[in-house]
Amino acid sequence: MARRYDSRTTIFSPAGRLHQVEYAMEAISHAGTALGILTKEGIVLAAEKKVTSKLLESMSSNEKIYPLNENIACAVAGITSDANILVDYARRVALSYRKTYLENIPVEVFVQRICDVKQDYTQHGGLRPFGVSFIYAGYDEKFGFQLYHSDPSGNYSGWKANCIGANSPNAHSILKQEYKEDMTLKEAKSLAIKVLSKTMDSTTLGGEKLEFATLTKKNNQIKLNSYSSKEIDALLEEEKDVINNNEEN
Amino acid sequence: MEVLLGIQGKDFVLVASDALAITSIVAMKRNHNKTRKLNDNVLLMFSGEGGDSVQFCEFIQRNVQLNGIRRGYPLSTKAAANFTRVELAESLRSRHPYQVNLLIAGCDPDTGVPELYWMDYLASLKKLPFAVQGYGQYFCNSTMDRYYRPDMNLEEAKALMKKCINELKVRFIINFSDFVFQVVDKDGIKEIKLE
Repeated sequence: MARRYDSRTTIFSPAGRLHQVEYAMEAISHAGTALGILTKEGIVLAAEKKVTSKLLESMSSNEKIYPLNENIACAVAGITSDANILVDYARRVALSYRKTYLENIPVEVFVQRICDVKQDYTQHGGLRPFGVSFIYAGYDEKFGFQLYHSDPSGNYSGWKANCIGANSPNAHSILKQEYKEDMTLKEAKSLAIKVLSKTMDSTTLGGEKLEFATLTKKNNQIKLNSYSSKEIDALLEEEKDVINNNEEN
Repeated sequence: MEVLLGIQGKDFVLVASDALAITSIVAMKRNHNKTRKLNDNVLLMFSGEGGDSVQFCEFIQRNVQLNGIRRGYPLSTKAAANFTRVELAESLRSRHPYQVNLLIAGCDPDTGVPELYWMDYLASLKKLPFAVQGYGQYFCNSTMDRYYRPDMNLEEAKALMKKCINELKVRFIINFSDFVFQVVDKDGIKEIKLE
């Protein structure tokens, strides 16, 4: 039955569902995990890289965490090539806002603009929706640090901590248990590592399998700090108690 | 032959605009308001070609308000001023550019920081502590330059404004009988009397 409605992204099934959009979300639930944790001091973004091979040339650019503007970064789960298109669009949106108003785009306005495009592909004919979920970490003067999530249907929502991709229900329940409103950035980092160590398939965490970044404010400047694989290894070493505890449990 | 004046004090901007609507050599009206509220804390003042200036300013007014509704809080003075500049600069490169000179006065409702911007019909935008638009520049810039201080309170700014208006009365061939005086501060925009 579903077949008749599968091939058309823009048509409801008799049960009132948009199958292609649901399949896109399904695709994301197999993608590498990406998570974000909001604190008063800043935001932690972390992501798991699925494909790793010794033969793979380690690229200078990241494949899961992207800076989008001075005040915004995102973590991606889903099809990387689809994400590249949206990331490119997002950067242009942010810069054109800056050109017009000479100040950084407010985070929610920005997220909404990207979701407008995602929604467009679920309604206007014959195309496949973007197979990408984003977690956005952003800062603006009015609302401070903010964490948003958007899915292929174009829905978006604000969060204190969220996780997308493989094993995300598990990660969610850990985050729900352990998140505290008054967390420091350091505590958020170790929570992020705890979540990843519990949800990733691989037994050992390593710098080459993870991407890690923090968005913080210092001297009125917003700074995205993307960790190199060496820095991640150092961080993992620092947090090894957290990881070992997991294994004992 | 229009005059717009603005003085930025320590936590407000005092502005004045002449109330005379002129067509050719005829004074059509003596209570003409040459300002538009962009939002609760930003005021746009215009002089120039009659139809052009009102059309352009109301276009800006609506777009600034639309942006405020979309994001859920009003645009800052700086953002509104720069948006206005971009729109005028685009118009300038069209077949029929708007002939309009502007002053933009605003005050941040949270921090109370006042800002005053001057922009001419060629879309050059400057942030200034005091500004005059129109022929008044020849008479008032020197007065303001001499007596302006950045930490002025409202009474001192009013006194300076009076000096400028008086200078216009003495030297300018047109006698403006009426001005509209407004204060923009963190509580909003209100019309005041100079006395």
